[in-house]
Amino acid sequence: MTTDSGAASRDSRPASTEAGRDTYVRIDRVTKKFGAFTAVRQVSLDIRRGEIFCLLGGSGCGKTTLLRMLAGFEQPTEGRLYIDGVDVTDVPPYERPVNMMFQSYALFPHMSVFENVAFGLKQDRVPKAEIRDRVAEMLALVQLQDYGARKPHQLSGGQRQRVALARALAKRPKLLLLDEPLGALDKKLRERTQFELVGIQEKLGVTFVIVTHDQEEAMVLGTRIGVMHAGEILQVGTPTDIYEYPTSRYVADFIGSVNLYEGRIVEDEPDHVRIEVPDMATTVYVDHGIAAPPTAEVAVAIRPEKIHITPYKPLEAENVVRGTIQEIAYLGDNSRYVVRLDTGKVVRVTRPNVYRHDERLAWDDSVWMHWHPSSIVVVTR
Amino acid sequence: MRKLSPLVLAMLVLGFAFLYLPILAMIVYSFNASRLVTVWDAANSPTLKWYGELFANDQILEAARLSFEIAALTATGAVVLGTLAAFALVRYGAFGGRALFTGLTTAPMVLPEVITGLSLLLLFVALESMIGWPAGRGQLTTTIAHVTFTAAYVVVVVQSRLATMDRSLEEAAMDLGARPWKVFFVVTLPIIAPAIASGWLLAFILSWDDVVIASFVSGPGSTTLPMLIFSKVRLGVSPDINALATILVLIVSTVVVGLGLLLYRRERQRQREVRAAVAADSR
Repeated sequence: MTTDSGAASRDSRPASTEAGRDTYVRIDRVTKKFGAFTAVRQVSLDIRRGEIFCLLGGSGCGKTTLLRMLAGFEQPTEGRLYIDGVDVTDVPPYERPVNMMFQSYALFPHMSVFENVAFGLKQDRVPKAEIRDRVAEMLALVQLQDYGARKPHQLSGGQRQRVALARALAKRPKLLLLDEPLGALDKKLRERTQFELVGIQEKLGVTFVIVTHDQEEAMVLGTRIGVMHAGEILQVGTPTDIYEYPTSRYVADFIGSVNLYEGRIVEDEPDHVRIEVPDMATTVYVDHGIAAPPTAEVAVAIRPEKIHITPYKPLEAENVVRGTIQEIAYLGDNSRYVVRLDTGKVVRVTRPNVYRHDERLAWDDSVWMHWHPSSIVVVTR
Repeated sequence: MRKLSPLVLAMLVLGFAFLYLPILAMIVYSFNASRLVTVWDAANSPTLKWYGELFANDQILEAARLSFEIAALTATGAVVLGTLAAFALVRYGAFGGRALFTGLTTAPMVLPEVITGLSLLLLFVALESMIGWPAGRGQLTTTIAHVTFTAAYVVVVVQSRLATMDRSLEEAAMDLGARPWKVFFVVTLPIIAPAIASGWLLAFILSWDDVVIASFVSGPGSTTLPMLIFSKVRLGVSPDINALATILVLIVSTVVVGLGLLLYRRERQRQREVRAAVAADSR
């Protein structure tokens, strides 16, 4: 679904260049219905060995249902699931080579930290001495060596999260499923834990599938991201892919903030296109060809940080629009501007505050905005 | 502590007096030397003579033993049945006839005991004439009858606990390799154990002090303690009943106060530990 083939050939997108390489989990046309409601619709997805794959989407998009099907808690209505080449669709959860870390952590309240971590090993009838060693190893991994005797209620939120991780890793699964692993932590702790999680994943080489609704979390953690909406996967790619080359209006809008305008192709050449955008009262010049029929209804998307805003007229002849500053939000590291065009539409612009004594733009200032011809993303869906 | 206004204090005292004066009077009269319950024999009181007579009375001791056995068996049976029913109600979602099933399991709570007792009696009599079981009425029929009406209470208690239990605990156990039955015994049961214990105690108490249903379904030679007290009181209150009641009150209040203190202490300890743990995150 490449809409900007020019960009695709310049960009070394793993999604397009490495497809099918060392697939560990294969989700093959899986559909899940709950009564009349379709939670997951015809999803096909390959997850590679050793990667961190993030399923990203709003609530009710089907991402958790997909994860629960991988764990075995839900049966697909249609389609098959393969882990390491083995069809596991009908394998019950207690026989799958998969472990899961739950959003609520689901620590057994009547067992100590040690017993919680040892639980999975005990089910496999691992000898006692080995259980002791493995639990100690896991607790050391999450830096909770001295907490084995505690009960879950004697732990803080961050410690519980780490016990849950240690428990899920204790059986040395090849695939770990994480449901909103950092959702219950406060912001500071979350940022610190994100990197710990990546560190542990790199150390053990386990394949992670993470469900999250937090796009920042997905960008930080994921080697690849699958954006889900209404039961379908809209786009799969690296964080850069998803952010810089969204293939649909929904993805462009969902990830980060974006200015999105409907347009019409007026000039379609292999090396460039021009798109008339009535909302901006201008024709946008894009310096790469797009793979879309000339009559297609397209939209142009441009990120706020890719727009330059100046009080004077820029030298460029194209991709320049004029407007009046309507809102300013000073956030310290950057400032956000909302600029009203003569058409009545607004453009959101972000500018980093590089210098302490910067030329300040003020409310109702008349300003010019321009952007590089490569900054525009044209989406057809 | 906040100071109570005189009005509130007066109401409190009156309320407690209303509740506990009769029991207090009974306890005091259990030490009365006179055979007439309403006449205080100041010359020879207090005395323990009724307690002595009580323990020499085989009839009462036998009734107490029988009641205890029935109550313990009833509570155990009710817990098994009630827990199963609660599981069906909470876990199997909207199965066909769920509303009917809910109504039927909890109906014995609101059904007048006379009706429960009478219908069970009719059932037992009909069964005996058809298949010869249960042969006659006695301890067995009383226990069966008690299980049927106390199971409803167990259902309610266990159901509420199950409904609030985090399902992902069971999923986590399964995910870690435990088969469904193992999950039930190792994870679910320990977590709902407090509810099962209170259900057991509730069923025990309900069976222990039931007189109406037992009167219908028990037979000659299997008189429970409440039935015995009731029949004795009908012939006039005798002081040894006061002594018996005093002992029962003593046992019940010891158990209740002891359990209450234990739970209170444990909860306080738990709160302290939770506070200490939460503080660890802000380091």
